[in-house]
Amino acid sequence: MSANATSGFGYEEPLLFERSRSGRRGAEIPAPDVPPIDAAKLLGALARADLVGLPEVSEVDVVRHFTRLSTWNAAVDLGLYPLGSCTMKYNPKLNERVARLPGFAAAHPFSPAERVQGLLALCHSLEQLLAEISGMDRVTLQPAAGAQGELAGIMMIRAYHTARGEKRTRVLVPDSAHGTNPASAALNGYEVVSVASGADGILHPAAVAAAMNDQVAALMITNPNTLGLFERHIAEICEIVHARGGLVYGDGANLNALLGIARPGDMGIDVMHLNLHKTFSTPHGGGGPGAGPVAVKEILAPHLPVPVVVRRADGAFAWQSDLPGSIGRLHGQHGNVGMLVRAYTYILSLGAAGLRRCSEMAVLNANYLLARLADHFHVPYPGTVMHECVLSDRNLAETGVTTLDVAKRLIDHGYHPPTIYFPLIVPGALMIEPTESESLEGLDRFADALLEIAAEAKSDPDRVRSAPHRTRLRRLDETLAARKPVLRWQPDDSSR
Amino acid sequence: MLARTGHARLEDLFAPIPAALRLARALKVPEAQSEQEVFEHLTALAAKNEHAQAGPWFLGAGSYAHYLPSAVDALVSRAEFTTSYTPYQPEISQGTLQAIFEWQTMICALTGLEVANASMYDGASATAEAALMALRLTRRRKVVVAAGLHPHYLQVLETYLGGLGASIVTLPLAGDGSSALPAQAIDDQTACCIVQQPSFFGTIEDLRAAAAVTRASGALLVVTVTEALSLALLEAPGALGADLVCGEAQSFGVPIAFGGPHLGFLAARSAQVRQLPGRLVGQTVDAEGRRGFVLTLSTREQHIRRERATSNICTNQGLCLLMATVYLALLGRRGLRELAELNLAKAEYAKARIRSSQRLRLPFSGPTFNEFVVGLAEPAERVLERARDAGVVAGLDLAPFAPALGPALLMCVTELASRDSIDRAVTLLAGTSS
Repeated sequence: MSANATSGFGYEEPLLFERSRSGRRGAEIPAPDVPPIDAAKLLGALARADLVGLPEVSEVDVVRHFTRLSTWNAAVDLGLYPLGSCTMKYNPKLNERVARLPGFAAAHPFSPAERVQGLLALCHSLEQLLAEISGMDRVTLQPAAGAQGELAGIMMIRAYHTARGEKRTRVLVPDSAHGTNPASAALNGYEVVSVASGADGILHPAAVAAAMNDQVAALMITNPNTLGLFERHIAEICEIVHARGGLVYGDGANLNALLGIARPGDMGIDVMHLNLHKTFSTPHGGGGPGAGPVAVKEILAPHLPVPVVVRRADGAFAWQSDLPGSIGRLHGQHGNVGMLVRAYTYILSLGAAGLRRCSEMAVLNANYLLARLADHFHVPYPGTVMHECVLSDRNLAETGVTTLDVAKRLIDHGYHPPTIYFPLIVPGALMIEPTESESLEGLDRFADALLEIAAEAKSDPDRVRSAPHRTRLRRLDETLAARKPVLRWQPDDSSR
Repeated sequence: MLARTGHARLEDLFAPIPAALRLARALKVPEAQSEQEVFEHLTALAAKNEHAQAGPWFLGAGSYAHYLPSAVDALVSRAEFTTSYTPYQPEISQGTLQAIFEWQTMICALTGLEVANASMYDGASATAEAALMALRLTRRRKVVVAAGLHPHYLQVLETYLGGLGASIVTLPLAGDGSSALPAQAIDDQTACCIVQQPSFFGTIEDLRAAAAVTRASGALLVVTVTEALSLALLEAPGALGADLVCGEAQSFGVPIAFGGPHLGFLAARSAQVRQLPGRLVGQTVDAEGRRGFVLTLSTREQHIRRERATSNICTNQGLCLLMATVYLALLGRRGLRELAELNLAKAEYAKARIRSSQRLRLPFSGPTFNEFVVGLAEPAERVLERARDAGVVAGLDLAPFAPALGPALLMCVTELASRDSIDRAVTLLAGTSS
């Protein structure tokens, strides 16, 4: 087996609460330099008697606990992590260092603007850079993640129609879209109408025209789409939507394919979010935090969330909150600024040419993997792809091996699996996004592993179906977890 | 590689993009810079910001300055945590999954509720999501907001509810600084009442009374917490009758970072779990019967349920959740309580000094934790500017938020404030030093 990973020690580690021993602690609190206060007396009936339920562990207990837990994770810094549409690229260490500078990490959102000019300047510059990269006019940095960006974008679209005296009720979403798209539209009170992709995997003007009427507020579209295909009718589709008074929302999850090559704003997109944790290298952190700035055309600028950062005539930066058409405030403060600092650092490091090179290599890598795998895995939509490719398990049907089994067997080879069973329009989908971070040799090793699994599916299908074999835990029972939910530890837990 | 893909030139890979849509010029982005150059540029930008490590700091209002133990950053900086993603593949994500399960357990303990999710964006969006959850659970259309809700949280709530036809009723502040919840404000269309504990003005609210009056109308009580450390001293809101407890856990080891990334949390009772937004980790077993953890009940979520999901949230605040879990483990049952007692004692010391000042006053009489309102003899903007010139960030000017209070500021005293710095701040606020 072409495994590129074996484990060192596979440590066992209980829950913190099971490590807990009465009287232990991992942090000392400074001795008081003021008179003590009797909290029970001051707070009366509102006082808490004891913090039952928090663990009692020493600092070294805590350090070993979390260090051991960390060894059970796959990570970009350990190897290829080809989750499609998640853009698991390398996260430069400089980004982490600068985000920890006290002038950023300990700055306060309620400091007067004139006392935090460095941060406002950074936000202002980042807005301009993202506007240029996306081909849009204005940017808000407030949304904390892509989904919150979608929410903001759809709210701005609603505000736009309302300002024109129109009440539209529907949003069109292609069947290949991320689940966040219909959920964001619904969270705004819109009826979601699904539009079918064509046999070639992309959206066709006729399908949009058939669904388009004066009840439609917007079309949400991801380009490249979740099949990794460029929506080449995008300009015509935008014209159809615009002609009936609708707007076009662009889901920027897949922008890593287009940096410096093409810009959504030049295609007719009116509003889009950018996932800084995907395209702009901020770390994914085991599920976040991300950042989902939204870029808009001038027609939507009156509806941007407040506050917006502006440059005054004297060159100083300030917050502006009096924007009568604004959708309001979306975040408690100014968004996930720590992530903005990292993304800004990344853009300055790469520069114009580096950004373009990054997309070129991401697209080359995806096409190379597709070429190496196409003879052995079913390719539902053949052709040149952009930053990711989608395969399926159809060729393995006779073996009884499914996409889930292939994914679990990849783990034995030392790889995080691709995104699986998505997009929904491909049964048994394996959605692979290698990013620009991988070398030719690294891609070849990954392709070899997948080919080996395809062969093994025929020679020893049970071995594949019972994978993973080399992890600390074997396949986990997700059905049991949902049927009998245990969502916290309790001392009397009988399963201990 | 191009030979293998069957393309003659790199540009041919982009043939699917119509020529008219391609960018014919280079991006107007500065040319690449070396790591050293970028570092120097960012260091210069950072130097232009005042920050909580530069001197005495009494500004909180939702983003709190606490000491960050060294082990927190050391552990969360491990690449296995930082450069992984949502634990979709549990066999190689057990580290993240177990940590989330521990977080869920600790939030349940702190809030007195039975189920907590794997984080929301921040306290403001957590509060908005709690209100949306209450609307779904009760099928009612009105949200009543007590006076002490953080003004930015109220604004975010208005934004989130804007497209759904639900109404928001805000109540006035009582004379003693508490957030009264009169029975007549709540009717059979009220989905929930939102009460912040302690309030934006620092006042510790009577949640028992709030729960009683809310329950009487069949509405849910949502308790929002912006200073999570207060939970170490205050009775768990769930034990006092809160149905949903949400808020901001930035105080648990997360840097202020100009207001984000912070750490929203949301807890509920088990019977309501199907309406809870966000990710959940559950315990299960592997094929050999050993305990392990997985993402679960995902039929609530957008990637399965699409437009019928409980929320559109996908990416959350995972790494901040880990910071807080490490922080709570380090401080633990005794340390967190001692730290909260120290915050209370320092705040009470500051209040005593203010009480004895001729030019300052404490307009509100109710109990507080580590934050309170200070009445001033001259406009807060002027006082704060003078204190800043002397190196002290003394609080938040309340003029934009509560003009009826007259000249006043919101002062937060945490463990970082020494007795000397408190004395100095009070002197500066009174304006008797210069």
